Order: sequence, then structure tokens, then C-alpha cells
Amino acid sequence: MINKPALIRFLEEAGDITRFTLRFFRELFHGRFEFNELLRQSFFIGYKSLGLVGLTAFIMGLVITIQSRPTLVEFGAEAWLPKMVSISLIREIVPVITALICAGKIGSGIGAELGSMRVTEQIDAMEVSGTNPMKYLVVTRVVAAVLTIPLLALLADAIALYGGYLGCNIHGAVSWRLFWNQVFETNTYSDVIPAITKTFFFGFAVGIIGCYKGYNSRKGTEGVGRSANQAVVIASLLIFILDLIAVQIADVLGLT
Amino acid sequence: MVIEIKDLNKGFGDNKVLINFDLNLYKGESVAVLGKSGSGKSVLIKCIVGLMQADSGSIKVFGKDMIGLNAEELDQARVRIGFLFQSNALYDSMTVRENLEFPLRRHWIEKTPEEVEAMIKEALTNVGLPDTIDMMPSELSGGMRKRISIARTLILKPDIILYDEPTTGLDPITAKGISQLMVDVQKKYNTSSLIISHDLNCIKITADKLVMLIDGKNYAQGTYEEMKENKDKKVKEFFEI
Ligand SMILES: Nc1ncnc2c1ncn2[C@@H]1O[C@H](COP(=O)(O)OP(=O)(O)OP(=O)(O)O)[C@@H](O)[C@H]1O
Ligand SMILES: [Mg+2]
Repeated sequence: MINKPALIRFLEEAGDITRFTLRFFRELFHGRFEFNELLRQSFFIGYKSLGLVGLTAFIMGLVITIQSRPTLVEFGAEAWLPKMVSISLIREIVPVITALICAGKIGSGIGAELGSMRVTEQIDAMEVSGTNPMKYLVVTRVVAAVLTIPLLALLADAIALYGGYLGCNIHGAVSWRLFWNQVFETNTYSDVIPAITKTFFFGFAVGIIGCYKGYNSRKGTEGVGRSANQAVVIASLLIFILDLIAVQIADVLGLT
Repeated sequence: MVIEIKDLNKGFGDNKVLINFDLNLYKGESVAVLGKSGSGKSVLIKCIVGLMQADSGSIKVFGKDMIGLNAEELDQARVRIGFLFQSNALYDSMTVRENLEFPLRRHWIEKTPEEVEAMIKEALTNVGLPDTIDMMPSELSGGMRKRISIARTLILKPDIILYDEPTTGLDPITAKGISQLMVDVQKKYNTSSLIISHDLNCIKITADKLVMLIDGKNYAQGTYEEMKENKDKKVKEFFEI
């Protein structure tokens, strides 16, 4: 049974997020841009998640390689290991894992930061002192997330592939040259470009949801906690939905 | 007249906070608003600067209606208004210096870094905290934060200043110093101020006129002495401490 109030609440929320997004684009293309703040935020986002993203990517690369080997060995296709691993890492695993980690780290951080600024009236204070908080706080953070998360994903690709290389060499011997030859042979533009393109959208989802939740935080410490929490939940969900859409689009365009 | 409020109504759902509230503030005048906790004092001044939307009525600042302005017009109107938040609302990710620089952002083009630095120093000296310039708000005591917040409000020397409880949480000596500072600023720059306070000592020093906000209305108004002599039970309560 569908709970009607819950459904209505969901629709209302979706409407609010859409309105917030439209407002974001209006502010983005209108008036002066807060460039310094953008740089600061980009640095923070990149710096804060670099370690975590790198470590996770490395482990993913290693683990996926180790686990794929037995299946390929069964088919006598062990030599294809670098190909198979690199394609699943680059096309799917690394972009999604990077985005999810950023949703957890960046999304919740933005949600909590803006939430506490809302609750302690700092956002109101900005508004009365003539700085548009939507521009200063929201536009900069969302743009920073859109620009930084793809960079993190690229870096994570490299680290994950290195993990894959080590994984290949645990039970067999694949030379450094051979490994990379296979990687570059298999992964063409039609693999890499859709994979990178979708990380821009993931970045947007993380940024805009974190900002939306924080900016509209309800009063009290509990409200801030809820904002941070919901920012992560909704952004993660959105990442999977966007991923699904991206796969369909790539499929229709023949980028497979 | 710099602020003219007529028949202002503001409620939250069933909770009617302001009911046909009227208030006039003249140039160079200081008006104190007294009211019990939860009577709607903060709501009143937030409506004046457009942080909250009034349900009905009119609020004129320098003859211009604040209700129904678009973002840009509102911004223009706010340039001349200083607002001291009850909760201080210091930016806690920024140092004291950056906090004070923030309101100057819209004047950055006209000011050299030296001028900005001088303004910040002057504002901090005015509130007696010149040594805190590189500290973070979290390193300050509650009273110090209040004073930094006052410094941030005064730094642009606005024509109208709205103080939401400027001396709450301060010791009597500092409170007196702040009250004196408010009077000095008033005299020096001929500003007009609306002061929300429970602190009778502060009101006695700073206010030319008192407005009693009771039951959502401008229940009574007059000078401090007049209000003190007022026979009405609801007004009397405030002075019988
Ligand atoms: N954002 C809001 N949403 C709903 N109700 C609110 C909101 N802000 C204030 N109120 C209600 O409006 C009334 C007046 O609040 P306000 O903050 O103006 O009180 P106050 O007179 O400033 O009290 P105090 O002296 O304690 O600061 C209260 O009943 C409060 O519950
Ligand atoms: Mg209040």
C-alpha cells in the first residue's frame, strides 16, 4: 500500500529541489561570479576526499582483479584479465564509487555546513549585508563539486588501474608494458568519454542536494543532522538513477 | 520619518504574532521596543529588512515600501540598514577580520586595502577588542562575540541600525560601555535606531522613546519616564523588577 502523505511529501520535495535547481542556474548566469570562493571550495573538496577516494580506488582495482581471475581462468582467457578489469573499472566502478564517496564526504559536509549557517542565522546575516548567499555559498559549492569530482574520478581511474596491475601480478606475471598496452587497446574514447561525462552529473547531484538540504535546514541541531544525513541518502540514490540513465543514453548512441 | 510601519500583520499558521502593529521612527531618533519573550520583537525587525515576509500592512523605509520589492531593490534598500542579530550570527568559518570585511564587500572597489584595515581597526577599538582581529569566533566568549557582532553592524555606519538585544549576556560594565557606544554612534553620525532590549539600564541611556509590544500591538508608547508612570497593568509589569 502506498502511503499517501509520504507520496505527496516526495512530490513536494521533488518540486522544491527542481525549483532550487532552477534558481541555481538563474544565479549562475546572472551577475558577478564569486571566483575566489569557488577556488577555495574546489581546493577543499579535492583535498578532503583525495585520500579516501585514492585508497578505495586502489582496493577496488586490486579486489576486482583478484576476483575476476578464477572465472577467466576457467575459460582459458586469463590473458584477457587486464582488458576485462580495466573496462569495468573505467566504465562503471570507479565513477560510481568516487561519486558515492563524495556524496558521503562532500555532500554531508556541505549539508551540515550550510545547515548550521542557516540555523545560526549566518545566511540571513549575509543576505542583509548585501551578499547574495545563493551566489556566495550555493553556486560556488555546486560548481566546485561539478569541476572537482570528475578530476577525482580520473585520478581514481589511474590508481584503480595500478591496483589492477598489482592484482594481475599476484598469481601471474603481466609486464607493466603489456598491462598498459591492453588497457589502452581496450578502452577507447567511446568508453572513457561517457564515463567521464557522467561524473560531471554525479558532481552536480552531490553539490546541489547538499546545498538544497543545508540551505533549507530546519531549526535546531537536529535539523542540521537531518540535513547532512538526507543529503547523503538522496545524493547516493540520485547517483544510481543518473547512472542508469547514462547507461541507457550510451546504449542508444551506440557507445558500447 | 525613516521607518513608518502601519497595520503590520504577521503570523505563523494559527500563531498570530503581530496584529495591526504601528511604529514610527524619525531621523536621529532612538526607539526601544519592549516586549516579553516570544512577543514578536525579532519577527518585527526581520520583517523590516525583508528577511521575513509580512502578511499584510506596510513598512516604509525612507519612504519606500519594503514589501514586494524584488531582490535587487531589496538589496539597495538594505545598504543603509545595519542589523544586529540576537544570535550574533558571526561567520564561524572566518576570522574576526574576515567577519568585519564581509559587509565591506559591496564597497570593495571604492576602498583601498589600507582603508579597509583602518575601518576594521576602528570598529574593533570602538567595542574594546582590538586584539581579537586574528581570532576565530569560536575562540571568543559570548560577550566578546556580541561585541564583534556589534562592530560588524556598525562598520558601514548605516543610517538606520536595528539592534536585537545588544546588551543581553554582557556584564553590567560592558553593557554600559556598549550602551554608551550606541549613543555616541547615534550622535556622531546622526543615525536612527530601533533597539530591542529587556535591559532597562541600556534603554534608559539609549532610547528617546519606548514602544511596548504587547499582544502583537503597539500597546503604549512614550518616554522612559512616561512609561514608568503608566498605570496600565501590562505596562507596569516591565518596570516592577
Ligand atoms: N521561523 C518561524 N517559524 C514559526 N514561528 C516563528 C518563527 N520565528 C518566530 N516564530 C514565532 O513567533 C513568535 C515571536 O518570536 P520572536 O523571535 O519574534 O520573539 P521575541 O519577541 O524576539 O522573543 P525573545 O525576547 O525571546 O527573543 C514566537 O511565538 C515564535 O514561536
Ligand atoms: Mg528575539
